[in-house]
Amino acid sequence: MRTLPERFQNWFAARGWQPRPHQLAMLAAARDGVSALLIAPTGGGKTLAGFLPSLVELAENPFEGLHTLYISPLKALAVDIARNLMAPVDEMGLPISIETRTGDTPANRRARQREKPPNILLTTPESLTLLLSLADADTMFATLRCVVLDEIHALAGTKRGDQLFLALSRLTSLAPLARHVGLSATVAHPEALRAHVSRHANAQDVRLIAVAGGAAPEITIQLPAGRLPWGGHMGLASAPEIYRSIAASGVTIVFVNTRAQAELVFAALWKLNEDSLPIALHHGSLTVEQRRKVEAAMAAGRLRGVVATASLDLGIDWGAVDQVVQVGAPKGVSRLLQRVGRANHRMDEPSRAMLVPANRFEVIECMASIEAVAAGKQDGEAPRPGGLDVLAQHILAMACHAPFHPDALFAEIRRAAPYAALTRRDFDDTLRFVEDGGYALRSYERFAKLFRDAEGLVHIRGPVVARQLRMNLGTIIETPLVKVRMRGGPYLGEVEEWFISTLRAGDNFLFAGQVLRFEAMEANAAIVSRGGEGEPRVPAYAGSRMPLTTYLAAEVRAILHDQSRWPALPEEVREWLALQALRSVLPAPDELLVEVFPRAEKFFLVAYCFEGRLAHQTLGMLITKRMEKLGYGPLGYVGTDYVLAVWSAFEPTNVHPLFEEDILGEELEEWINESSMLRRTFRNIATIAGLLEKHHPGQEKSGRAMTVNADLIYDVLRRHEPDHVLLRATRAEAAAGLTDIGRIATLLARVRQNIRHIRLDRVSPLAVPALIEEGREWVAGGAEDALLAEAAALVHDATDGAEMFSESLAVVSEDPAPRPRRDTPRPPRRNRFIRAAPKAARR
Amino acid sequence: MIAAPLHIAGERLMLCPSGALLWPAQRLLAVADLHLEKGSHHAARGRMLPPYDTRETLSRLAQTLRRHAPGRVVLLGDSFHDAAAVQRMAAEDAAMLFRLLGALDVTWVLGNHDPVLPKGLPGQAMESLTLGPITFRHIGGAPLARYNEAEVSGHFHPKASLETRAGAISRPCFLADPRRVVLPAFGAFTGGLDVRDPALAAFAPRGGRVFLLGRDRLYSAPVGPNRMSAI
Repeated sequence: MRTLPERFQNWFAARGWQPRPHQLAMLAAARDGVSALLIAPTGGGKTLAGFLPSLVELAENPFEGLHTLYISPLKALAVDIARNLMAPVDEMGLPISIETRTGDTPANRRARQREKPPNILLTTPESLTLLLSLADADTMFATLRCVVLDEIHALAGTKRGDQLFLALSRLTSLAPLARHVGLSATVAHPEALRAHVSRHANAQDVRLIAVAGGAAPEITIQLPAGRLPWGGHMGLASAPEIYRSIAASGVTIVFVNTRAQAELVFAALWKLNEDSLPIALHHGSLTVEQRRKVEAAMAAGRLRGVVATASLDLGIDWGAVDQVVQVGAPKGVSRLLQRVGRANHRMDEPSRAMLVPANRFEVIECMASIEAVAAGKQDGEAPRPGGLDVLAQHILAMACHAPFHPDALFAEIRRAAPYAALTRRDFDDTLRFVEDGGYALRSYERFAKLFRDAEGLVHIRGPVVARQLRMNLGTIIETPLVKVRMRGGPYLGEVEEWFISTLRAGDNFLFAGQVLRFEAMEANAAIVSRGGEGEPRVPAYAGSRMPLTTYLAAEVRAILHDQSRWPALPEEVREWLALQALRSVLPAPDELLVEVFPRAEKFFLVAYCFEGRLAHQTLGMLITKRMEKLGYGPLGYVGTDYVLAVWSAFEPTNVHPLFEEDILGEELEEWINESSMLRRTFRNIATIAGLLEKHHPGQEKSGRAMTVNADLIYDVLRRHEPDHVLLRATRAEAAAGLTDIGRIATLLARVRQNIRHIRLDRVSPLAVPALIEEGREWVAGGAEDALLAEAAALVHDATDGAEMFSESLAVVSEDPAPRPRRDTPRPPRRNRFIRAAPKAARR
Repeated sequence: MIAAPLHIAGERLMLCPSGALLWPAQRLLAVADLHLEKGSHHAARGRMLPPYDTRETLSRLAQTLRRHAPGRVVLLGDSFHDAAAVQRMAAEDAAMLFRLLGALDVTWVLGNHDPVLPKGLPGQAMESLTLGPITFRHIGGAPLARYNEAEVSGHFHPKASLETRAGAISRPCFLADPRRVVLPAFGAFTGGLDVRDPALAAFAPRGGRVFLLGRDRLYSAPVGPNRMSAI
């Protein structure tokens, strides 16, 4: 292995460092001119390893133009890395220019970057696609020698990843000499990542440089003093233990699973914080400035603890973190490892972590994950194929750059790993969609955005098309958010619009670490003041919970059944399992245990599937449909990560037909047609594909008549062209992600002849957590009309069917109009109703 | 489909779950805000919405006309999304429009989207139409002069949500008080404005009732003066 040039060796030596073997291996890969994937745990000097070959090359041969392009999933990360990179460059006096380019880069610097690109440019997938859509992209990138893709494990398999790898396929055409370098945390599917890094979607092209994990992490489980909760996910019962552990360590990151949980844990810790330890809050809904402040305080060592969501999963070294606390089950082994790696960014010392399960099942899950970490396991799904919505955006971006021939673009796109298996039909349909919507009714040809010339090259119709693309670029679709602003004070962050819509003036909620009193909506912001009385509500965010990985689910099931592994469990959990064995049975690895028992004049069916919440929710919907057909009168269901519970009016005496594989046929089709989940998916896909205007945060809503409702489009399109490419993309995405159809299919196949139906006279111990789970779904999910009828009837009963026409009263009595009372939540208005008087009086 | 009776200004009107309003005594049917060719309007500006909205809206109108067989049809404005809508309309859609309305007494109330009516359409165009105590206009809400005057209007695309045990469900709705009715938008691509929006404050200022459109019937609920009590 060749060594570093002297200048670099001296630099390392001056800081008391040694080049690490993988850093040298990356150098060797560069000298051999091959692409490389570096897989290393956090703290392995990964980023420097990625840049070292470029720095060496540029130091040896001063270079004109863009040499290395670095792409990071986070804007802030790109900026931080640029700063860190300046240090060796300045200290060694290297003739290398380094700049960042993100959405925040001022226009004059962006223009200059295009004229005279720096040697090293750090950017994000969105900014890269934008650069590639410009007419001069070919000259800008022609000199490119190296592309560094950071945190590639976090991008592969996501829509931002799709966009990035598509951009990469174009870079390969513009700069055939450029090597690709991927940097990744340890993952379960290194081969798939290799293919993603490759210039030709071929894993063999890419040299894999894997760094074995350093010292094994030390992970413990912390139970709350007193009784271990049966259900719940917040883990607040353990707040005193978490607080003590923060007080006993230097710097602690307390990771939680949702933003709502972050607010609650943060509040619980501050209630206990008699020593006023500096404990901060960090999650994705807080303002960027707020988050930067917390990060800076942490890097400067001014904090003792920070409660964080996935918002701190990625990013640079946050200084000396001494321990990580994970509140709530980790839901995946690789995810846990990445979080644990945040503690102590020195590879050769063990990271310290403490798991705080919130309920009994989570204790088992925590134990399973610790065992998996000890055994060096990794989990997580392989990246899914790329989406057609992102492809549509890419095709338009490429057309904005220069005219293309469809055959050539198709070949280029298939070099991107997520699209390696793209069919010509899907490509052609997507291209036609970009052109004029791709409808069978070809009435939009005259509005087409693209046209083909005599040689078959595809051009854009005009500069308006390019402007529209740039406004709409990107794959992150925000749910409508409302800014939260302190009266006469600063913005605190954003919460989802629907949450604000449920608040009335005077209501309290917990946000940004404080109890806020909602006052009013003003100019697109929710105005709040501090304080307020009563139990505050906590804003929840749709779809923020991670599902349990298949691997961990199987492990939990194995522990349940294998009594030899029980001694490691806490006594309360052992007793709980023993009680289950006594009252019912424990679910065996290769069978599906289905318990049926009566309770509160209903029958409950609990299936121990262990396939994760998403799969259970989908399965619940399918099974209740089948139960309806069989006349069991299903009423509702709830899916947890571990079990599915369904309740019905009549006893499901024959459970076998409920788990037959053919429920994935007719019932699935029916459900898909009315599912609101699919509508949400469609809205995102239609926006990314450019059918709908992207909602720009903070922007005033345009006129009501001008906004187009995605639901209405979905309905019309489904009626008139069910096979349209966007509907195909919607179904494909729902099947892969949201509904976990794959996992259900595997489950049903596995248990085909092995359903163990047990009839009990009361609820079993293992079923309790599911029955006290929040987030129940009602069977009527699709049948909105039934729910409306019920609600209307309730209102009718409550008001005696009276009209609300108080004006008639005023006409007779000259009374002033009744004023609403603000303080009572739902004022009884019965006294103001005038029953049938108006009609009779006017006749 | 079960229509709900509504009495204003001594007249008996029927609200239909399709979003149409009937005045049986006059054999009159009113619909609001068809926004025909909204899809192609956006397509011309680069958003290729499905081109099926006109067809969808007209086939809904056809069904409604077939069911109620009115003698007179009042279109409450914004029937066309913009001035060039008729030129963009597919030949078969235009033919359908003529077939549907040709034999009827049609009044096109002018709206803000279609202040001038395209030439050659069956029927007459006017700013508003008054029949007996009831005035039909596009934008309602101005003070009513006479004691027994009432108003039927469109423009606002009202919608409301009803709290159910599975969460709130939002639907287009009629908004009624003793003297006014606002019709929901009839067009396939027309979204809605929540009845709690300040823009709708002029309607039912002292309370009224909403009628949410359902598949086969309407779901009604009272609304308080501040629109917060029941919905």
